[in-house]
Amino acid sequence: MKQNTESKKALPKRKQYTIIALAAFIVFAFLANMFFDAFTLRVFNLCAIYIVLALSLNLLNGFTGLFSLGHAGFMAVGAYVSALLTMSTQLKDMNYFLEPIVPWLHHVTLPFLPAIIIAGLVSGFVGFLIGSPVLRLRDDYLAIATLGFGEIIRVLITNAQSITNGAQGLKGLPRYSTTFAVWVTAGLVVLFMVLLMRSSYGRALKAVRDDELAAEAMGINVFKVKVTSFTMSSFLAGIGGALLGHMITTIDPKMFTFMLTFNILLIVVLGGIGSISGSVISAIVVTILMEVLRFLDEPMNFIIFKTDGLPGLRMVVFSLLLMIIIIYRQRGLMGSKEFSWDMLTGLFVKRGHKGGDHV
Amino acid sequence: MTLSLLFQHIVNALSLGSLYALIAIGYTMVYGILRLINFAHGDVFMLGAYVAFYGMTIVALPWWAALLVSIVFTALFGIGLERAAYRPLRDSPRISIMISAIGASFLLESLGVLIFGGRPKGVPVPDVLSRVIHFGSVSMIMISLIIPLFTFALLGVLVWIVNKTKTGMAMRAVSTDIEAARLMAVNVNKIVSFTFGIGSLLAALGGILWSFKYPQLNPLMGMMPGLKCFIAAVIGGIGSIGGAVLGGFLMGFIEIMTVAFLPTLSGYRDAFAFILLIVVLLVKPTGLLGKRQAEKV
Amino acid sequence: MSETSSNLMLSTSRLSMKFGGLTAVNDFNLEIGKNEIVGLIGPNGAGKTTAFNVITGMYNPSEGKVFFQNRDITGLKPHSITALGIARTFQNIRLFKEMSVLENVLVACHMSIKSGMFASTLHLPGYRAREADARRFSMELLEKVGLSHLAYEKGTSLPYGQQRRLEIVRALATKPKMLLLDEPAAGMNPQESLELMKFIRKIRDEFDLTIFLIEHHMQVVMGVCEHMYVLDYGVTIAHGDPASIQKNPKVIEAYLGVD
Ligand SMILES: Nc1ncnc2c1ncn2[C@@H]1O[C@H](COP(=O)(O)OP(=O)(O)O)[C@@H](O)[C@H]1O
Ligand SMILES: [Mg+2]
Repeated sequence: MKQNTESKKALPKRKQYTIIALAAFIVFAFLANMFFDAFTLRVFNLCAIYIVLALSLNLLNGFTGLFSLGHAGFMAVGAYVSALLTMSTQLKDMNYFLEPIVPWLHHVTLPFLPAIIIAGLVSGFVGFLIGSPVLRLRDDYLAIATLGFGEIIRVLITNAQSITNGAQGLKGLPRYSTTFAVWVTAGLVVLFMVLLMRSSYGRALKAVRDDELAAEAMGINVFKVKVTSFTMSSFLAGIGGALLGHMITTIDPKMFTFMLTFNILLIVVLGGIGSISGSVISAIVVTILMEVLRFLDEPMNFIIFKTDGLPGLRMVVFSLLLMIIIIYRQRGLMGSKEFSWDMLTGLFVKRGHKGGDHV
Repeated sequence: MTLSLLFQHIVNALSLGSLYALIAIGYTMVYGILRLINFAHGDVFMLGAYVAFYGMTIVALPWWAALLVSIVFTALFGIGLERAAYRPLRDSPRISIMISAIGASFLLESLGVLIFGGRPKGVPVPDVLSRVIHFGSVSMIMISLIIPLFTFALLGVLVWIVNKTKTGMAMRAVSTDIEAARLMAVNVNKIVSFTFGIGSLLAALGGILWSFKYPQLNPLMGMMPGLKCFIAAVIGGIGSIGGAVLGGFLMGFIEIMTVAFLPTLSGYRDAFAFILLIVVLLVKPTGLLGKRQAEKV
Repeated sequence: MSETSSNLMLSTSRLSMKFGGLTAVNDFNLEIGKNEIVGLIGPNGAGKTTAFNVITGMYNPSEGKVFFQNRDITGLKPHSITALGIARTFQNIRLFKEMSVLENVLVACHMSIKSGMFASTLHLPGYRAREADARRFSMELLEKVGLSHLAYEKGTSLPYGQQRRLEIVRALATKPKMLLLDEPAAGMNPQESLELMKFIRKIRDEFDLTIFLIEHHMQVVMGVCEHMYVLDYGVTIAHGDPASIQKNPKVIEAYLGVD
């Protein structure tokens, strides 16, 4: 079966579809912003943030073949940097009652845009520092080392009382994660990923994923590519973390445990490791599921009897989901393929055709 | 610091180290055979502690009977876990089986919350084990002494199994080269099950002893010790049982001694293990007692 | 083999590679002149692939040095060695499994596209031009070996012989001066092997290459090589022109033991 890319004839029509779909979505987002109740709007916006986070993890796991489990750490860096840069002096005074904040951060108050960019850059830089030694490791060793760094970052944040306010966390972050902000970011990140993966650099990433040694033999500086990818992924995770902070408006070190990384990993695996559209779809599905299934953990009233809620049930569902996908459908929703309009039409038209893509 | 206090720290470190060693062995054996980081191992440890707890409280078994029931149950559970979550993925990319292990870990933790409840439970420590004994000016709890003794006895048995029995030989064959072992008519599935059984049994025992020493249970109690023991296994040289024991004791000593001598750093206690891990991985990735393998092109 | 040093492409001096107690390559001294086709033969496990791996920087040699165009390249990373102009294929084919035939070749052009993450993501004009060149060049190469009609198939879905060809194309796409081929004829019947040898001579002439190739069936390469080295248990037991190799009693003995 042909691997799409350059059959030129059908292109204009596909482009039309894409533009129409995009326009429809923008209209939808506007309407959502106006008419959704607070809870629904929050879930809707959370979807965008999880798209950013899932793509940043997929860049590593799916496209560069690096299994990293330290994502929560980079999100924490982003969330804290952006929080500290945007909170007003009074707000900081209110938060830091155990130990005053260091003077150089006391009076800094930046607007959102520079703050979130700095947050991403700092997180990316931390990623670069960590990546340079750790990326010499392979597979499971890399996974466990990145998990370790994620935890170290968390411990450092917990203990750096005069900078991060320690275990108390920060409250009252400005509510900057508007529908506009999160969806524009998500759109930019999706665009970035699509263009990246269509470029020569994207091919280099995939080559490293498919066969490191062969990639090296083709003249690709594998280590440099890995560090770049890791740095970029940390940058995006930092941005995602910052957005999350400004949505929830309260952050503390406990938020950024391995559990958070797990959620993102679930999204990536469900969507298909190595598929951008898979990550996008799955981010939306999982985010909605997570919020909808919240009722499982909460007290329930049936007609005859009452439960006190079944805390843990929701996570049971999600961990089972992860295992079932990985055991029975390793390629997730999309495999490593991307959504295309042909795929949709193919779904309706060519049912009879034997469509075995991977043998 | 008085000599007696120092002595007390040493005993504490020994018993914590023993517990770590018991858990680390499970990691190292499974990794040696399947090249899998069994993320759920720490949760198996938690399960063992809970089963014994319910044995003692609800069924009102004597503590030693609860202990026996629990280790048997947990060993079977470990075998079942491998069948359900890992065996279907044995020939898949290593990342897949690791993701399954992460899923299994979260599943057990959340099942723990669901079934056992999220609130911590106090463990009724048997009187014999909580007796305080005095050696001159040093006083300590019985359990702190029993743990290392127990551990060494078990280690003896394990070393005997691995080195002297046919099953042990098969285990070593499988961990050297799973394909070659299969060709030599070793029943690989049986050996893998056996390994999971032993590993889970040791983890259950570790969990129960842990709950006698730190008598409080919660469904997430396996998370940190689990990670630390995996790290201990890596430090010792993953795949090597001796290495796991060495790593476990090292980890116990470092933890107890830093908290004792550098109390200002105790907030960073959980980070030490990871820093140690990263240093070892970068300086000597095969660990203290591990063997090096170059990748063939 | 009296090449003047200006004509010398690849040479090694006292090259050794040990794996633990095993000496896979022992005191290997090689000299290959420009535009030569040189064979490296020997029974399975003789250390041929290991010699390639050391030359291309996949392994660091335990002892000895590797020179390329009189430059010491010992210990350089494989990608730097490729950049200097040594390309290789692998004995156990290593295509990029999720990629099409064309993409496999394009990966090898990444080096010459010379664009970082941002320039290529943003499709800046310089990048665009070079990417277009790379595509044209890759298609031309595929055309030359008769694979262009398969450009959009998955590389790993091709039949075995074509996968080997694709590996050679991929190596050529790095614009090498020297090509190292690890058992290119493996799995081929005599007829196919013969064609392959013609093909190898053709690309040597067309791309102005120097070729060093491994084969463990001596007969296959007799016709094409100007020079041969014979390894057995890591030791060079003979080198010289094909005729003298064929008569060498040591070589006959080494081969009798195996084939
Ligand atoms: N990475 C490695 N680690 C250990 N031994 C190796 C490695 N690579 C090759 N060998 C050994 O070196 C010897 C030569 O192997 P190789 O170079 O592949 O032989 P050939 O290509 O001539 O068939 C063999 O005994 C092989 O097992
Ligand atoms: Mg070979």
